[in-house]
Amino acid sequence: MAQMTMIQAITDALRCELKDDENVLVFGEDVGVNGGVFRATENLQKEFGVDRVFDTPLAESGIGGLAVGLSLTGYRPVPEIQFFGFVFEVMDSISGQLARYRYRTGNTYNMPVTIRSPFGGGVHTPEMHSDSLEGLMAQQPGLKVVIPSTPYDAKGLLISSIRDNDPVIFLEHLKLYRSVKEEVPEESYTIPLGKADVKREGKDLSIFAYGLMVHESLKAAAELEKEGYSVEVVDLRTIQPLDIETIIASVEKTNRAIVVQEAQKQAGVAANIVAEITERAILSLEAPVLRVAAPDTIYPFPQAENIWLPNYKDILETAKKVLTF
Amino acid sequence: MGEKLKKQFDPAATLQDIENKFEMFQILNEEGKIVNEDAVPDLSDEELIELMTRMVYTRILDQRSISLNRQGRLGFYAPTAGQEASQLASHYALEKDDWILPGYRDVPQIVFHGLPLWKAFLFSRGHFVGNQIPEGVNVLPPQIIIGAQYVQTAGVALGIKKRGTADVAVTYTGDGGSSQGDFYEGINFAGAFKAPAIFIVQNNQFAISTPREVQTAAKTIAQKGIAAGIPSVLVDGMDPLAVYVATRDARERAVKGEGPSLIETMCYRYGPHTMSGDDPTRYRTTDIDNEWAAKDPIVRFRIYLEGKGLWNEQKETEVIEQAKEEIKAAIKKADETPKQKVTDLISNMFEEKPYNLQEQYEIFEAKESK
Repeated sequence: MAQMTMIQAITDALRCELKDDENVLVFGEDVGVNGGVFRATENLQKEFGVDRVFDTPLAESGIGGLAVGLSLTGYRPVPEIQFFGFVFEVMDSISGQLARYRYRTGNTYNMPVTIRSPFGGGVHTPEMHSDSLEGLMAQQPGLKVVIPSTPYDAKGLLISSIRDNDPVIFLEHLKLYRSVKEEVPEESYTIPLGKADVKREGKDLSIFAYGLMVHESLKAAAELEKEGYSVEVVDLRTIQPLDIETIIASVEKTNRAIVVQEAQKQAGVAANIVAEITERAILSLEAPVLRVAAPDTIYPFPQAENIWLPNYKDILETAKKVLTF
Repeated sequence: MGEKLKKQFDPAATLQDIENKFEMFQILNEEGKIVNEDAVPDLSDEELIELMTRMVYTRILDQRSISLNRQGRLGFYAPTAGQEASQLASHYALEKDDWILPGYRDVPQIVFHGLPLWKAFLFSRGHFVGNQIPEGVNVLPPQIIIGAQYVQTAGVALGIKKRGTADVAVTYTGDGGSSQGDFYEGINFAGAFKAPAIFIVQNNQFAISTPREVQTAAKTIAQKGIAAGIPSVLVDGMDPLAVYVATRDARERAVKGEGPSLIETMCYRYGPHTMSGDDPTRYRTTDIDNEWAAKDPIVRFRIYLEGKGLWNEQKETEVIEQAKEEIKAAIKKADETPKQKVTDLISNMFEEKPYNLQEQYEIFEAKESK
């Protein structure tokens, strides 16, 4: 096994799928010769040819339309949206078209499309490069939304996403691309979509998180351990659909929960989890389920990121409120 | 400064020059006379009769659909009268395996491409079975988002190119659709990929109520193809022969690997935008209506075919009667289709139901079995 960063694991997943299925096509802005602005598609054009891995003109809606059209002719498109903040340009192709095709054609056509895109804050980008917009996607019926937090998960989840016969939005946190390294098998493997991973077991409190916030939650859990609390950290991995069984089993065990998201509090995902817990496990709860999230402003200017983004200290504070309720 | 530039390159004069080059291509004039002998397509008598048959059939289908809509027996409907040449003659230039990505007014083309008429009626009524496309029929359900079909057409055409088959992808929008960003992205992508696509703009002069002049400063919509680097043509959309030739020409280039084309068909819809409350008297005068009625595609094609001894009143009556019979049978078949259930809709969301839909399925299944 090799040590890989998340970006390497993603490239590796794309390579496995390009090799395995000749209908897999990788395309987007600068994904060819340049290998993507983050090098997610490094060397893939060289290896698989310009017919399979190709640059598109600079237009996100066009990229979305291309994915729809290529699906109709039997391909399995894996387009990249260069930064997820650009998703607004392709919202019709995603929400108005991709998400609805199976439904509107009564199961005649399906869209085996995986849209990959970097997102997430903390790396001082210009506007519209760091927003956490997964809530918009998670609220659109017809889409699956996957967000890995480790290189190992990224590879297995991306392969599953590509093989899925319905559209998947696969979001890659910018800050995780190169900050974590771990053993990743070189052969192909899958991790099922819609399955959470208990990253750390505990019995006093459940923390539900995804993406970068999994790491902040683990840090908080380690701190809390020093104070005698046993904290469970559940990495959701797929935020639509949720792994409701794992979430509820964890709450029933610990009786206390918080939900952490990097996105603004009003941005949906955590609220949905709180609602699910309330509907399904209210009698197990010893305290209200609280959220750790960013304030409900537009994503901040780069120099204000550090004070705006949620971190392990915010998680600690909220965790203590719930633990001592 | 301006003068210096002008000496080397005169932008305004260049624009005018290009715009003036977009003359309208016509073969059969409004009196049913051939005005462009060299361009007359090589269609057999049977083929000419078939094209006329389809146009007459579609006019009857339009009349019946409007009346069925008024009786509450059809739902959403966008009238087609006036656009028969633009729709049916362009479709007649296609082959069976070509893909059609229609707008909401382009139901006749997908019916003649293989979508059963009763399904078209179910689409109008708002039943998903109407959008279940039979295997081997390469059409999409009518697109509602103006222009979305244009970017998808670039994708289908790129797929065809990658598969290496001798097919094309054809799409339709209106004059209003040519203002959408997706219009430009679609023609530009297809051009950049040299993909076998044909983009047809049926310029029926009004986007609901907004006249063509409000959409763009460009003198023609056809010239917009120039910016994308693709061949473009302005065609008399009331002339079935000209529309056929322009589409056939674009198709030949496409299958030879020469890339996409843009076709603007100048036409007119006689009826309202849709049957959902649009009143054309608010934005069109009787004079304009009459001006276009005089250009009617069926009238001129009838004169032409009668002159060749290929058409007569009896033949036309037969087609009309056949259309009425088939429409009646299709409505009956649509009536017999089982009602939609929420469990059907839930089942059509994903290949496998996630937990939320599974739970909701069970709830509705219990309700539906009562």
